[in-house]
Amino acid sequence: MVEDMKLVYLAIPLVCLFAALVAGLFGRQIGRAGAHTITVAAVATACALSVYVYLDVMAGNTFNGTVYVWGISDNFPFEIGFLIDSLTATMMVIVTFVSLMVHIYTIGYMHDDPGYQRFFSYISMFTFAMLMLVMSNNFLQLFFGWEAVGLISYLLIGFWYTRDTAIYANMKAFLVNRVGDLGFLVGIAAIYATFGTLDYHAVFASVPEVLEQTIEIIPGSDWSIITFICIMLFIGAMGKSAQVPLHVWLPDSMEGPTPISALIHAATMVTAGIFMVARMSPLFEFSETALSVVMIIGAITAFFMALLALVQNDIKRVVAYSTLSQLGYMTVGLGASGYAASIFHLGTHAFFKALLFLAAGSVIIAMHHEQDMRKMGGLRKFLPWTYITVVIGSLALAGIPPFAGFFSKDLIIESVAHSELFGSGVAYAAVLSGVVLTAFYSFRLVFMTFHGRPRMDKHTLQHVKESPMVVLLPLMLLAIPSMIAGAMFIQPMAFSEYFTGVILVLPQHDVIGQIAEHYHDKSSLEVAFGFMLHGMMQPPFWLAAFGIFLAWLFYIRKPELPVKVSTALAPIYTLLLNKYYIDDFNQKVFANGTVGIGRLLSKYGDTVFIDGWLVNGTAKTVGYFSKVLRPLQSGLVNQYAFAMIIGLLVLMTWFLSVN
Amino acid sequence: MIALSDYLILGAILFALSVAGIFLNRKNVIILLMSIELMLLAVNLNFIAFSHYMNDLAGQVFVFFILTVAAAESAIGLAIIIVLFRRRQTINIQDLDSLKG
Amino acid sequence: MQHTAKAGAHYGHTTMTFEQLAFYFLASVAVIAAGLVITVRNPVRAAMFLILTFFTVAVIWLLLEAEFLAIVLVLVYVGAVMVLFLFVVMMLDIDTDQLREGFAEYLPIGATVAVIILLQLAIIFSSGPFDLEQMPAPAAAAADYGNTHQLGLLLYTYYVYPFELAAVLLLLAMVAAISLGLRGRSSSKRQDPAQQVRVRKQDRLRVVKMNAEKQD
Repeated sequence: MVEDMKLVYLAIPLVCLFAALVAGLFGRQIGRAGAHTITVAAVATACALSVYVYLDVMAGNTFNGTVYVWGISDNFPFEIGFLIDSLTATMMVIVTFVSLMVHIYTIGYMHDDPGYQRFFSYISMFTFAMLMLVMSNNFLQLFFGWEAVGLISYLLIGFWYTRDTAIYANMKAFLVNRVGDLGFLVGIAAIYATFGTLDYHAVFASVPEVLEQTIEIIPGSDWSIITFICIMLFIGAMGKSAQVPLHVWLPDSMEGPTPISALIHAATMVTAGIFMVARMSPLFEFSETALSVVMIIGAITAFFMALLALVQNDIKRVVAYSTLSQLGYMTVGLGASGYAASIFHLGTHAFFKALLFLAAGSVIIAMHHEQDMRKMGGLRKFLPWTYITVVIGSLALAGIPPFAGFFSKDLIIESVAHSELFGSGVAYAAVLSGVVLTAFYSFRLVFMTFHGRPRMDKHTLQHVKESPMVVLLPLMLLAIPSMIAGAMFIQPMAFSEYFTGVILVLPQHDVIGQIAEHYHDKSSLEVAFGFMLHGMMQPPFWLAAFGIFLAWLFYIRKPELPVKVSTALAPIYTLLLNKYYIDDFNQKVFANGTVGIGRLLSKYGDTVFIDGWLVNGTAKTVGYFSKVLRPLQSGLVNQYAFAMIIGLLVLMTWFLSVN
Repeated sequence: MIALSDYLILGAILFALSVAGIFLNRKNVIILLMSIELMLLAVNLNFIAFSHYMNDLAGQVFVFFILTVAAAESAIGLAIIIVLFRRRQTINIQDLDSLKG
Repeated sequence: MQHTAKAGAHYGHTTMTFEQLAFYFLASVAVIAAGLVITVRNPVRAAMFLILTFFTVAVIWLLLEAEFLAIVLVLVYVGAVMVLFLFVVMMLDIDTDQLREGFAEYLPIGATVAVIILLQLAIIFSSGPFDLEQMPAPAAAAADYGNTHQLGLLLYTYYVYPFELAAVLLLLAMVAAISLGLRGRSSSKRQDPAQQVRVRKQDRLRVVKMNAEKQD
C-alpha cells in the first residue's frame, strides 16, 4: 500500500516534468495542439492524483521517506524524499488546481503567440518544480525546488524577450531573489552546521537540544542559533514572497504574460515563502525574535504595499500590489504563530487572486492589450462573465462574507489581535487599516474598469467582446472556490486537528487555539456561520464595507474627487506614485553602486593591481634582475671556465681552512 | 720506494699547468681542448696511483671509462671546431659569443 | 725527501733505487712537456709536446703496475686522439698570432691561480696521510700476475653494464662526429622533408586551358 502510494507521489511531479520536456524539446514536432494537449493532460492527471493524495492524507495516511538517494558525500546523503502530510497535500491541491486552470486559460490567452509550446513547457516545468518544493522532506530538495521555481519565474517574466522592459524586469527579479536566496542558503548551511542533517524531521526533533546554543555574528553579540537560522530562512522567504524591502521585483514581473502572473506571481510561487515558514514552524516557534521580525516585516508590507495599489492605473499592477499586500497579511499571520490562518489565506488567496489575474487578462484581451484603467470603463455590458467573476474575486479580496477571503483574512487579523509578541500592536493596526485600503483598491479596479462611461477610443469600443470559453471556464471554475472555500475549510483547517503534528505551535503562542475555543464541538457549517456572524460585529468587516463605500464615492458618485484628493495630498501622492522611491534607491545605490565598485575594481583591482603589479610587475621584476645579471652571461666559454676555476679555488681554500 | 704523495704531487702539477693553460690560451680552442686532456690525464694519474697503493682495481676501471669519455669528448669537440671554422672562418673564442645574454 | 730516505734505510739502501730514478726523470719530462704544451706558439708543437707528456705518463703508469691502461693510453690517445688533434690543427688555417693575443696579459693571473691551486694540493698531499708510513707501497706483483687479465675479469662481470654503455657512448660520439663533419654532396638524391612540406599547388600543378576538340 505504501509502495503504491509512493508511486503516486512520484507520478505527480514526474508527469508534469515529462509533459514539460516533451512540449519543450519536441514542440515543433507535436505542434500547438499537441503541446497544450499533453501539458493540460499531465497537469490534470497531477491534479486528480493530488486530490486523491489529499483524500488519502485526510484518511490518516501520511508519508515521510526517501524515494531516491542521489549521492553520498562524506556520509552526507543527497536524497530525493517526500514528506506528505496535510500541509503538503493542501499545497499540492492548490498548486495543481490553479496550474490546471492557468493551463486551460493559456490556450485562449496565448492563442496567437509564437512561443506557444515554449510557454506550455515552462508552466508545466514550473508545476513540477513547485511540487518538488512543497513535497520535499529535506532542505536540499527544498532548495532545489526553490531555485527551480525562481529560474522558471525568470524565464517567464522575460517570456517576451524582445521587450527591453521584460528583460529588465526578469533580471531585476532574478537579482533581488538572489539576495533572498543567499540568506536562505546561509540558513540551510547553518542548519547543517548545527544539526548535522538536512532532513526536516531529524532537524525538528533535535531543536530542543540546541536552544541554548548561540552564535557570534558580530563580535561581542551572541545570537541564539535558532534565531539566526530562522531569520536567515526568512530572508529567503522575503525574497521569494516579495516582502519589503525585497518586494521590488514583483510589480515588475507583470511584464510577463498574464497567465503566469496568475500562476506564479500570485497563486503559487510567491507563496513558497509562506509555505516554507509554516513548514519550519518547529524552528520559528522557538525564536520569538524571529517571529517578531516576521510579523513586523509582514505588517509593513501589508500596509504600505496596499497604499501603493491605490494610485496604480495599470490593471495588472493594481492586482500585483494587492498580491504584495496580501502576502504581507500571510506573513503577519505567520509571525503571530497563526500558521494555519496563513496557510488558509494562502489557499483562498490563490483562488481569488488567480481569478482576478485571469479576469484582468480577459479584460486585457478584450481591450486589445490595453492595460491602463483610465482608458477602460463601462465594460460591464460587454464582458458580463468577466465582470461577475471580477466582482466575486474582489469581494473575496476585500473580505466580505461569505466569500473566501473574509474567513482567512479575518482569521489572520484575529490571530494578530490575540498575539502578545513584540510588534503585534503595530501589526494589528497595520492589518486593520490595510483592510480599508484593500477594499478600496479592489473596488476602485472594479468601478474604473466596468462601471462609468467607456473612456476608450471608438475603434476599440466597437471590437470589445467577451472572451472565448477556454478563458471563461477557468474563471468560473476559480470563482467557485473563491466563494465557498473559506466557509468550507475554516473549521477543518483552523479549528480541527488538521495540522496537528505538522505545524507546531507552542501553547504560549497558540492564538488560533484561543479563537477556536469559541467554536468548540461544532460542525463545520455552524462554525462557518458563527464565524461570519462574529465577523460582522468586528471592525474588519465594517472597515471593508467602508472601503468599498469610499471607492464608490470616489469613482462612481463623485469622479472628480480623486483628482482633488491627489492635489491636496500632492507630496504623498508623488511618493506613492514613485513607490516610495525604493526602485530609485536600489537603482542609484545598489545598481549604480555595484557598477561603480565594479568599475573601481576593474580599474584599480584588475588593471592596476593584478595586471599592473602582479602580472606585469612579476615580469618587470624578473626583467630588472635579469638586466643586472645579464652581463654575467657573456657567451664566452673561457670566462665560464674562469668562473669554474675560481669557484674551485674558493671551495678548496674553504675546505682547507675548515680542516 | 716512491711514496703515494709523489705521484699525487705530480698529478697536482700537471693539473695546475692545465689550469694555467686555460687561463693563458683563452682564444685558441684547440689548445683549450688540449689543456682539458691534460687535466684528465692528471686525474687519471691520481686514480691509478690510489688504485695501486690501495690494491683496488676499481680505480683502473674508472680510468678506463674516463679514457672512453675523454676520447668521445675530444672527437666531438674537434668535429664541432671543424664545423665552427667552416661557418665562421675562426676558432677564436672571443668571436663566439652568440649566446651573450 | 726524508721519508724516501727512511724507507730506503729500511730496505738497506741509502741511494736512490732505479725505480725512483726513473720516476723522477719521467716526472720532470712530463712536467716540462706539459709546460711547453701550454706555452708554445705553434699548435702543432703543442700537440707534439702533449704526446710526449702522454708517453711519459704512460711509462709512469707502468711503474704503478697498470700495464693495460698504459698501453691503452699510448694506443688510443697517442695513436688516435692526438692524431686527430694534429689533423684538425693542420687542416684549419689558423692565424696563431691573433690567437695568442693577450697571452702575456693573462700570464700573471693564470700563474697565480695555478700556483695557489698547486700549493694547496701540495699541502694536502704532503701533510702525512699519503706518505709511505701511512700508505706503504704494496709489494711487487708476482710474475704470473696479469693486470689485463684482472681488469678484464672485473670489466666483464661487475662492470659489464657500464662497459656496454661506454661502447654505446663511443658509437654515439662516432655518429655525432660524422654527422657534424659531413658535408652533403650536391649530387646526392636525398629528400628534404621540409621542402616537401612547404610545397604549394602552383609549384607542381599547372592548369592548361584548351579548347574542346570538336567531334566530327
